[in-house]
Amino acid sequence: MRRVLNHKLGQFVILLLLAFLLFQFGIPWLSSAITGTAAPIPAHLLWTIYMPLVVLALLLFISANEQWWSEFKQPLLNLIVEQTPSGLVRLRRVLLVAVPLIAGGVAYLLIRPDISAPPELRSIHPAPPSSVSVGAETIDLRTAVNPYRGADGAPETGALAEGRAVYGQNCVICHGDSLEGDGLFATSFRPRPADFTDFGTIAQLQESYLFWRIATGGPGLPADGKGWNSAMPVWDETLSADEIWKVILYLYDATDQLPRAVGE
Amino acid sequence: MTKRRRVRAYLAIALVLVASFALAGPAGAQGSGPPDYRQYGELDSRIVIWVVSQLHLLFAAFVLGVPIFALITEYVGYRTQREQYDKLAHDFTKLLGAAFSTTAALGGLLALSLFALYPTFMSHMTDVFGDTYLWYGLLFFVEAFAMYFYLYSWKRLVGDKKKWHLLAGVLLNVSGVAVMLIANSWVTFMMSPPLAEVEAETGRVLTSGIVPLTAEWTGTVWEAINNPLWTPLNIHRFIGNITFGGFIVAGYAAVRFLNTKHEGLRSYYDWMGYIGSFIGVAAMIPMPFAGYFMGREIYSYSPVMGNNMMGGTFSWTFIIQAMLVGALFIGANFYLWSGMSRIPGAQRYSKYIKWLDVILIVCFAVWLTPHNLPLSPSEQAIIGGQFHPTLKFLGLMAAKNAVINFIIIATFGSFLIYRRANKGERLPVSQQGTGSKVIVGVGFGIAALALGWYAAVLFGLEPGDLDLSPDKGVFFTLPAYLLVGQILAGLVAVVLTFRDRGVQGQVLYLGAVVVNSVLILGPYGFVVMTQANPFLRNIAVAQWLITMSALVFVTAIDIVLLRGASEIGSIKWGKMTGRSQYALLLLLVGAVMLMSLMGYIRSGLREDWHIFGVLRDVSEGAFTPTMAEMSRVVASIVVVFMLLIAFVFWLAGLAESEGEEQVPSLTAVRPEPSIQPEPRAASGQD
Repeated sequence: MRRVLNHKLGQFVILLLLAFLLFQFGIPWLSSAITGTAAPIPAHLLWTIYMPLVVLALLLFISANEQWWSEFKQPLLNLIVEQTPSGLVRLRRVLLVAVPLIAGGVAYLLIRPDISAPPELRSIHPAPPSSVSVGAETIDLRTAVNPYRGADGAPETGALAEGRAVYGQNCVICHGDSLEGDGLFATSFRPRPADFTDFGTIAQLQESYLFWRIATGGPGLPADGKGWNSAMPVWDETLSADEIWKVILYLYDATDQLPRAVGE
Repeated sequence: MTKRRRVRAYLAIALVLVASFALAGPAGAQGSGPPDYRQYGELDSRIVIWVVSQLHLLFAAFVLGVPIFALITEYVGYRTQREQYDKLAHDFTKLLGAAFSTTAALGGLLALSLFALYPTFMSHMTDVFGDTYLWYGLLFFVEAFAMYFYLYSWKRLVGDKKKWHLLAGVLLNVSGVAVMLIANSWVTFMMSPPLAEVEAETGRVLTSGIVPLTAEWTGTVWEAINNPLWTPLNIHRFIGNITFGGFIVAGYAAVRFLNTKHEGLRSYYDWMGYIGSFIGVAAMIPMPFAGYFMGREIYSYSPVMGNNMMGGTFSWTFIIQAMLVGALFIGANFYLWSGMSRIPGAQRYSKYIKWLDVILIVCFAVWLTPHNLPLSPSEQAIIGGQFHPTLKFLGLMAAKNAVINFIIIATFGSFLIYRRANKGERLPVSQQGTGSKVIVGVGFGIAALALGWYAAVLFGLEPGDLDLSPDKGVFFTLPAYLLVGQILAGLVAVVLTFRDRGVQGQVLYLGAVVVNSVLILGPYGFVVMTQANPFLRNIAVAQWLITMSALVFVTAIDIVLLRGASEIGSIKWGKMTGRSQYALLLLLVGAVMLMSLMGYIRSGLREDWHIFGVLRDVSEGAFTPTMAEMSRVVASIVVVFMLLIAFVFWLAGLAESEGEEQVPSLTAVRPEPSIQPEPRAASGQD
């Protein structure tokens, strides 16, 4: 065992294994400790980014030193090409059969017809149009600002209360009391309704962007936003432009976040 | 006429013929009135312009980057009286001739194609920028004459006249950069045209600029040139050209190294690769910040364009960009680590490599993690949505800013251990002259001034300046105090250095950088994102300044620390692994891929606008291509460019083979020769 631990190839394999275990069990544990949800790393992320990076790190480290690199390669060369003891030759023959079979099997599994939907490249914040119409009013999304915010960015108190009421009457059933996307209907939808307390949602966006998303809903999303895969209703027929601006005010205030400034 | 000139003449004729043929097609296709768009036969006009302009840009980067590289190395040779630097500069200036002709031919083809295929759009551009075409042409003449004078006067302007030769190099670079600045104004105007204010009721134009509905330009040429994205792009491209110039040299050296068995030449090309990669990496270090500045200005000009870039369709291209940037940094570090194998005494520092490796890879993993994951429906079901509850934080700007600073510090760490790999006993700073103290003092002064200035800015910043309510001012103080803390750490490092404990000083300062810039301001960025979002940009600037201050100040200490130090042995130039040379090739190909990808992103962000928000593109090619199509076109451009560059190098090689290639001595001045060059090998494999 000590011989394996001291050998560069042995260290390579052991570290690879440790990294895999860390990703497989460590991340869910960490996730659970931080957020209360023990979410595993998605297989795509693990096998296309994290594990290849670990392999790269180990190979870089070993191959930067000629002596280590030779030590690392030697057992592999012995197995594949060198004159070696008969035991290794038998293993070589087994591998000569097994490796193509495994490669063929993996290739088959990858290309065989599958009924599951492919991974989605869905843009969470797809490109908005230049303007959007609500009733008779056309809002220029490139320059629009919330009319219910003062010069210092503070919301108007009355408008905020009205926004809260609009939220309670229209949005709470999906986005939830806490605005975490956990309303009564939330589990019925995939993707789930947006969690407004998440740093990556409304804090990343200007208010005019939210205006567009609320006004036109899922059907208003461009192709890369996969509008067909969103349950968000179109609100411009139900709410006035003023009501939309007010509910936006409430979203930021209730989550203690600020919208992205126009000049940022 | 020499063989080389004949080949060049044939090349020029061929390119002119191609351009003429290309023009003949559309001319015949014209109808009675001038159309908005034309085509070359069945070719997609958008792809024609895309490919030609990107190839032109890549060659332009070559003919701008290599002269900067040549001037720097020639100046180093002049100051240190080391002949090999002068030869290196001359060798690369020789490559410019063929590359210059190709750049001009591609530029001509691009201009002709734009006027032929997009006449209405070009008519608008000419209305605005017509005057600049004349300046562009005249400056191009200056650049061409300066380039040929610089090349052909190399052997004449020597000795006391060398400074005049250097002056010609300066003129070449200044005129080249000026040409670039003009071209940059055209493309940035298309992205961020200064808009005129128009009275809604009467339609009266109130301020100068471009009128949104009519696309009429009412401003001056200077106002058009000095559009919001002009300065960020100028900075980005200027630094990028230096990086590219260095990587071209390194890639060329790697190919020549791998193709020769001659020891003297291997030494020379090994050294050349080191110099090229050093200049390339040194210029690459501030690149992420130049990119951040550019991105920020894009957001400032148009939140819509900004959202497209970082949150919309183009966000996927930034995943590819992140992979390429990471690959460049990893390649550069690997090259330095491999280089330590040819330095006697380097094994003392090998133990640090594994930690640098771990830092780089962990940071790279964070750098690559997207906020919004490409997931299958079953994976979405498992993690409860499209965001991973924990890893999603790694996808946000605050995390990216922290890790890119750490990657730069780790790369700097690799450079520091490389520099001291063969140094033995050091000359204590206290026994050195005042010059050493001045170097450390100036290094600290520059760092302290930059940090102090920004701390003062933050202390004086009013929340209202960022459209924040007064209670948000509380978020400004922590970064300001950290900047002050960094200055104090620098002061202690100066004292330690003067007391012959410079290494502790370096460790203290770098440690403070990691704590302040990465470990504190990184997580703090998340708080600021939600509580005082507009202030996040100031956090990024503070992080950048802290990191940059380390590069300046710690290098100053390092120069003094290693001054007069004994050498355990000389660097064994030429004793390098083949793997390390492939790392240099990776740097070159990675840079070309990155430039081609970013060229697409910058231009593609306009989506279906010729001039963003003003002049709409209504041609068939106005759509944003799919990721697959983009990848195919960009990859094709990279392959064609690499083939053309190989052709240019081959042309230059023809001239070399006409005469005896001189093997430069790498030890012209150094007291201890490492490898004595040997006569050229009879086999002539190089």
